[in-house]
Amino acid sequence: MRAFLILEDGTVFEGTHIGADREVVSEIVFNTSMAGYLEVLTDPSYAGQAVCMTYPLIGNYGICRDDMESAKPWCDGFIVRELSRNYSNFRADYSIQQFLVENDVAGIAGIDTRALTKILREKGTMNGMITTNENYSLDEVIPKLKAYTTGKVVEKVTCKEKYQLKGSKSLDENGALSGSAKFSETDYKAGKREMKPSLVKTLNGVGKKVALLDLGTKDNIAYSLKIRGCDVTVYPAVTSAEEIIADAPDGIMLSNGPGDPKECTSIIKEIKKLYDSDIPIFAICLGHQLMALATGADTYKMKYGHRGGNHPVKDLATGRVYISSQNHGYVVDMDKLDPKVATPAFINVNDGTNEGLNYTGKNIFTVQFHPEACCGPQDSGYLFDRFIEMMEVRGNA
Amino acid sequence: MPKNPNVKKVMVIGSGPIVIGQAAEFDYAGTQACRSLKEEGIEVVLVNSNPATIMTDRDIADKVYIEPLTVKVLEQIIEKEKPDSILPTLGGQAGLNLGMELEESGFLASHNVKLLGTTAATIKKAEDRQEFKDTMEKIGEPCAASLVVENVDDGVAFTNTIGYPVVLRPAYTLGGSGGGIAHNQAELEEILENGLRLSRVGQVLVERCIAGWKEIEYEVMRDSAGNCITVCNMENIDPVGVHTGDSIVVAPSQTLSDKEYQMLRTSALNIISELNITGGCNVQFALHPTSFEYCVIEVNPRVSRSSALASKATGYPIAKVAAKIALGYTLDEIKNAITGKTYASFEPTLDYCVVKMPRLPFDKFITAKRMLTTQMKATGEVMSICTNFEGALMKAIRSLEQHVDCLRSYDFTELDDKALLKRMEKVDDQRIYVIAEALRRGIDYDTIYDKTKIDKWFIDKLAIIVEMEHRLESEELTVELLKEAKRIEFPDNVIARLSGKSDGEIKDMRYKNNIVAAFKMVDTCAAEFEASTPYYYSCFDGENEAVETNPPKKVLVLGSGPIRIGQGIEFDYCSVHATWAFAKAGYETIIINNNPETVSTDFDIADKLYFEPLTPEDVENVVNIEKPDGAVVQFGGQTAIKLTESLMKMGVPILGTKAEDVDAAEDRELFDKILEETKIPRAAGGTVYTAEEAKEVANRLGYPVLVRPSYVLGGQGMQIAISDEEIEEFMAIINRIAQDHPILVDKYLQGKELEVDAVCDGTDILIPGIMEHIERTGVHSGDSISVYPAHTISVKVKETIAEYTRRLAKALHVKGLINIQFIAVGDEVFVIEVNPRSSRTVPYISKVTGIPIVDLATEVIIGKTIRELGYEPGLQKEAGYVAIKMPVFSFEKIRGAEISLGPEMKSTGECLGIAKTFNEALYKAFLGAGIDLPKHKQMIITVKDADKGEAIEIGRRFEKLGYTIYATRSTAKALNDAGVKARKVNKIHQESPTVMDLILGHKIDLVIDTPTQGRDKSRDGFLIRRTSIETGVNCLTALDTAKALATSLENKNDSALTLVNIAEL
Repeated sequence: MRAFLILEDGTVFEGTHIGADREVVSEIVFNTSMAGYLEVLTDPSYAGQAVCMTYPLIGNYGICRDDMESAKPWCDGFIVRELSRNYSNFRADYSIQQFLVENDVAGIAGIDTRALTKILREKGTMNGMITTNENYSLDEVIPKLKAYTTGKVVEKVTCKEKYQLKGSKSLDENGALSGSAKFSETDYKAGKREMKPSLVKTLNGVGKKVALLDLGTKDNIAYSLKIRGCDVTVYPAVTSAEEIIADAPDGIMLSNGPGDPKECTSIIKEIKKLYDSDIPIFAICLGHQLMALATGADTYKMKYGHRGGNHPVKDLATGRVYISSQNHGYVVDMDKLDPKVATPAFINVNDGTNEGLNYTGKNIFTVQFHPEACCGPQDSGYLFDRFIEMMEVRGNA
Repeated sequence: MPKNPNVKKVMVIGSGPIVIGQAAEFDYAGTQACRSLKEEGIEVVLVNSNPATIMTDRDIADKVYIEPLTVKVLEQIIEKEKPDSILPTLGGQAGLNLGMELEESGFLASHNVKLLGTTAATIKKAEDRQEFKDTMEKIGEPCAASLVVENVDDGVAFTNTIGYPVVLRPAYTLGGSGGGIAHNQAELEEILENGLRLSRVGQVLVERCIAGWKEIEYEVMRDSAGNCITVCNMENIDPVGVHTGDSIVVAPSQTLSDKEYQMLRTSALNIISELNITGGCNVQFALHPTSFEYCVIEVNPRVSRSSALASKATGYPIAKVAAKIALGYTLDEIKNAITGKTYASFEPTLDYCVVKMPRLPFDKFITAKRMLTTQMKATGEVMSICTNFEGALMKAIRSLEQHVDCLRSYDFTELDDKALLKRMEKVDDQRIYVIAEALRRGIDYDTIYDKTKIDKWFIDKLAIIVEMEHRLESEELTVELLKEAKRIEFPDNVIARLSGKSDGEIKDMRYKNNIVAAFKMVDTCAAEFEASTPYYYSCFDGENEAVETNPPKKVLVLGSGPIRIGQGIEFDYCSVHATWAFAKAGYETIIINNNPETVSTDFDIADKLYFEPLTPEDVENVVNIEKPDGAVVQFGGQTAIKLTESLMKMGVPILGTKAEDVDAAEDRELFDKILEETKIPRAAGGTVYTAEEAKEVANRLGYPVLVRPSYVLGGQGMQIAISDEEIEEFMAIINRIAQDHPILVDKYLQGKELEVDAVCDGTDILIPGIMEHIERTGVHSGDSISVYPAHTISVKVKETIAEYTRRLAKALHVKGLINIQFIAVGDEVFVIEVNPRSSRTVPYISKVTGIPIVDLATEVIIGKTIRELGYEPGLQKEAGYVAIKMPVFSFEKIRGAEISLGPEMKSTGECLGIAKTFNEALYKAFLGAGIDLPKHKQMIITVKDADKGEAIEIGRRFEKLGYTIYATRSTAKALNDAGVKARKVNKIHQESPTVMDLILGHKIDLVIDTPTQGRDKSRDGFLIRRTSIETGVNCLTALDTAKALATSLENKNDSALTLVNIAEL
């Protein structure tokens, strides 16, 4: 079936319909990761957006359910150049075609995704519609597109009730350490699948209680803490600061999430209270932006954001550069930082934008990028250890 | 960290002659690095024995030494030039080994010279099998169970504990030389023995066989501050078991999920960090296809063939960045030259798919075992880029220039299913075609996977191509179908063939429906940032983004495609220099080429780079967009010449010598007419199509005769025939491939072979010098030792050659370059062949005479005269140096290849010996080619009857040099009868000790074996020659080469060599 992608500026791409049979109006963004389409699809930060993958061949290794970053895909639409008709990977459960249909994600394939990316790069992120209606009228569609906003999406994606994840008590629980997998053909043939390789060599977080505020969290944030031994309690985004503090966590983690941070007015208020407590806090992405907003800083919408797995960030304390996984359209304005409150900890090497903050006189540090990776490079996973150390120091104090 | 201020003068070590496993990629890396160093104001001293390289140009380095790459020579250069540092990681394994030897001996420390980039300790950790294994164990990175052994018994014992099959990898060798997979004890003993001999340190790694696993590579960069990135990962379509240089490789990996991708990426970064590498590094993994289990196969702590491929695949200039890192810069201080906006500390992301295919030399070595193993055999490779995998593969296939253009190019329809499946087990370069045939018959993916272990995703992609073939054959060709066929890059001629239409009809239908190629940019960042470097590839499913330019003058330079025997790096040298010369003259320059190893495909050589196959259709796509004012074909070897007619049809003027004149030189009748007019004699001959006609001509001329196809390079298919039977055999071989042009049969003349390269402006000619071949006619000019200036011919012959050159250049209306080969029989000069284009000797003669021939030819093409360029026409004054070009072979890499020299070229590379005297130059040339004698002072002579007289003279000279001579029965008798003491040894099938036992005893320096005329029928001679080569014994098959070697040894002088700085010539 033919499908069309209509952009706010009137550009129309014609391609083939994929996924669920429905019309979608959404914000169109692009992601430059070459692998990890399932992690992108299931990252709640894409709620309210339709994602264009710049890598042209998608679906090659099918869907490995174990790799989902949340229970379902959250993006409204999926835009690719080519969806592989066949898939091949030892962990694959089924095809991406089936996944899109079952999860009601509409999409379009067979378009020049590079041309689309260039438009977004040059004109900035814009809204668009994916439709199979051949009789669309631009005059009707465009006003609809212009009117679209992602709105308050955090409430949509956060968990409904709090839940717990017990920390690993032994390294065995984490599965084989990366590089130590032992192959057994018999297991494979019996339908067994290995756990993903573990990256941690010590359980430095055993006994630590972490409160994770779910603003649209990727599963691997909690998992990164769990495999280090931390007990994690995940709270819905609307939880009050008082409730979290009353549970007496050793540390608080603010997760990633979708949308314009400034829409999260009530959550920001709660986060300010968390800031005022002396509990160590580590925040990622939206959590990082909300902490900044809660403490008087500002955020702004970037022209087309950072979405991909190849962004260099520099740790200003050491000068070291790490390649990071990123997914954000908004950023903290460094010009409006009050050094008495927070100072830049990381910057993006490409465009100099803020990638992390250290909170002055506080056990708080926040990053814009994704140390939990999935998809993307695992280079900054050490930040979870830094967070555990922070909890440790406070515990000993 | 800013640049280290103590680094002011750096010596860069090149990789020496081109051999299989070490090819043009190091010229690319070295050139890029030298330019990068000079950018920083560093004085560069360059050492490389290979004169065909761009890196040895005087404008690339400040001081250029084309000297043998030995420790002794390097020490001398260091003493003379006093560099403060040396950079050994850009010259391949050869450069790295030399750097290590200099460091380990303490020479560098005592001369206050630092190793730049990666340290010696690191190199040792990565290269020494045991140290590497221990290091990997320490950081928890798995390696396949293995043991380093120094003798066969230990190898057998260890294998008994881990079980067969095992993989054998000799330490410190090239292209996996001497390695292999052993399935039983007999194979183990054979491979191990050979491997131990070939290893510089006498070590071989015996390893658990992980054949069939996925082979994945990561190219990694790290700076001195510890920042690391991966430039790209690549997946080999052929699983572990085939050397990655011989595999079809795709970038990025296609069948890995993010979990596997990141697992291996993290491992690669852990490894490079633990090894403390600063610069570029390649990590190879084997990944189990149904588990997260992986093994680190090996690490190359230097730039490599794979890093050149990764650079071209992503646009990330690894060698350039590695050079800056060596100077102390960190990745975040180095600008990304493609975007000009971002920095080197990021990871390229691709929005296209890249396929690399090897160019294998089985068409040259028809006796060789057509099998791919862990020992690399490819002489070169092609790369292609497309928005889909099928398209990239289809483009790569037709880039190979091996008479293949689709998956039907090899026909297996005659095999029944059982035979086909059996054939599929054979791992060779035709396997994808076998799979395609299986898919056509509906054989299922599981069966194919079981036989090949090629991932089913790739099998499915081959199936998509096969399905398209079928649709084109069976369905009506609708616009939709044509669009889809073009999207996956079916060329028009294949579509025409399958759909029963003409090429023209397909093209018309495409143009009418606007199905035309669009060009996309390789920008390192998937369009996330604006890029300023016009590096393009084509696709049929997108909008064109090639920027339209309308400069006053625009020229298209056609490259020379993959490196193969007969068309090597020399032609890239010419293309690059021509491009630079056109740019200097104010032209906008455009290069089309498909070879990822070369300098010409570096993104900043031409104003625009189109990475495309060199077929008429692909070139026309570029022409349609660029509308160049002219194209130049005379620098890109036969690849470019073959495109002349098509370019003219497209309306693109050919700059320089006209197409009809190129034809006149190739067309027998036209050329004979020109020779008649110009009164130049040539050997009598005729043109034929069939064996009957050939025999008729041969008998008329009298045997021996030369038989060869026209329009080929490197004498491919050329043979000396001495009988009707041989004519029949050779004609059958030549006619295996349908010939578009007649076959030439000429009277074979024995004499001195001479060669000139000249520039002609239409009126005057400039001959930089005359080169003389040491081997008599019958040995291909590319395989001959070539001496400049010609040293044994009379003034009269020289004058005749200059005069004939002038007459021929004029008669052929040459504008630009011309290459002519002559035979002198006494004072009489005959012309052998004329090529109105660049040749293999152009870089060599340019360097040793200091006359920049390509630049001059380009200026002439643009319209200048030789006089205007400041040169007096005619034969130039001889230089004060003797320069000898020595061919270098890669026979040890190709099992079963016939090594005897003949009219068909077999060498893969060359080195130069340059000195004040002939003898010293000759000695240097042999040394550079790796022939460093004497060692044991024992030799074997076995020659055919006709050569016995000359063999006596040679034997006498070696006897005087203190050699003990062994000879087979009749040769021994001839020698002893003439008073040369020779010990008789038994032939192979006779009782022990035989000649073979002698060779395997490792006490023989040299074997002189002349095969019976024509193709050798004797299995004995063949076995002797092969065994010599495979056990590292020098084996000469031409008596003239043996005489030259004797001369060199007689004049061997152990005192220091005189060094020549080419930049001062």
